[in-house]
Amino acid sequence: MIAEAVPDPELVVVTVGDLGIVRDIRTGVAGVEIDVTPTYSACPATLAIELAIETAVAAAGHEVRVRRVLEPAWTTDWITAQGREKLKAAGIAPPVPRSQQDDGGYFVRPEVACPRCESVDTVELAPFGATACKAQYRCRSCHEPFDYFKCL
Amino acid sequence: MTDRDDLTALLLQIGDDHLVLGHRLSEWCGHAPMLEEDLALPNMSLDLIGTARMCYSYAAEIEGGGRTEDYYAFFRDGTEFRHVIMAERPNGDFAHTILRQFFFAAYMNPFWRAMTESVDRQLAAHAGKAVKETAYHIRHSGEWVIRLGDGTEESACRMATALDDLAPYIGEMFETDETASRLIMAGVLPDPAPVRAAFEDTVAQTFAMATMPPFEMTAGISGGRSGRHTEVLGHLLAEMQQMQRAYPGLKW
Repeated sequence: MIAEAVPDPELVVVTVGDLGIVRDIRTGVAGVEIDVTPTYSACPATLAIELAIETAVAAAGHEVRVRRVLEPAWTTDWITAQGREKLKAAGIAPPVPRSQQDDGGYFVRPEVACPRCESVDTVELAPFGATACKAQYRCRSCHEPFDYFKCL
Repeated sequence: MTDRDDLTALLLQIGDDHLVLGHRLSEWCGHAPMLEEDLALPNMSLDLIGTARMCYSYAAEIEGGGRTEDYYAFFRDGTEFRHVIMAERPNGDFAHTILRQFFFAAYMNPFWRAMTESVDRQLAAHAGKAVKETAYHIRHSGEWVIRLGDGTEESACRMATALDDLAPYIGEMFETDETASRLIMAGVLPDPAPVRAAFEDTVAQTFAMATMPPFEMTAGISGGRSGRHTEVLGHLLAEMQQMQRAYPGLKW
């Protein structure tokens, strides 16, 4: 519970629990062991997240060890329904499901709904954004620009 | 049971490809032709360096002796690097950089897809991430290849020049040495034929959309896998390694 409530250092509106990157928590005689999986292979937040989880759990008085697990690879499908709602409330369009992204060839784009007005009449402005996980979009209905959390 | 030395050799090949090309991409930071590319090129660089870090950490774990990922990046000399020569070549103009990225991603994407079946579980696990990242790199670089190839007279000319410059370096990515042959036998590396076929298919389809002539791979320049590099690598390493060489063990 404490581990999952740690906010993401780059996307503070969601917690690591919301992102689905806390894969397992085991309690034993030697303390708590927590499995965490990175999002992108070079996400600069990976180490910060592991340290933040360690610090939070240790502050609650537990012996803690955080283990980095690579398999299975994280997918944005693991972001919880609550996490998706929080992203949307912060003006970030949540990722489309992988099933909508796969098998369309390299050059297809998913249909992304505007987080403000729900319109799907949106256009990609830039495929990369402020963090590894986001692209930049604009809504053609309400004309607002917004971030899209890329489907991975 | 995979030979330790073979696995380390493979990790350095993949790691060096990604670190050196990642470093080249990072050189665009602040210099790209538009803000969007100023974000895109370093973002792709970050993905590449992430893969390099995985390879080096894994190699350090196998080799032991207190080595860390930093040893491989910062304390080896040019002749110890095992990347393909294409990775170290100077960036050239934007057309050259983006076409090089397209070729690299078009190879790495089917490579990682096949690697998800590797008997080496650590590489297979990383492949699960890298396959998705490289697909995105193909989309981005491939769209530029199409836009420039099928763009103005000037942009098509730049793309044609980039292709002439890069063509001799492509074949090296597909070389299979004795180490690789043993790793294929052991099930660590995939059968190279389907990977190459997927690469050729992606290139053919994209070049057709770009109204560029079909690409034919020919014998060309190689030597990077055995540490024979071009002069520019020394300059690249001098810049990349300078801080750690001047202040060994320096931390942020």
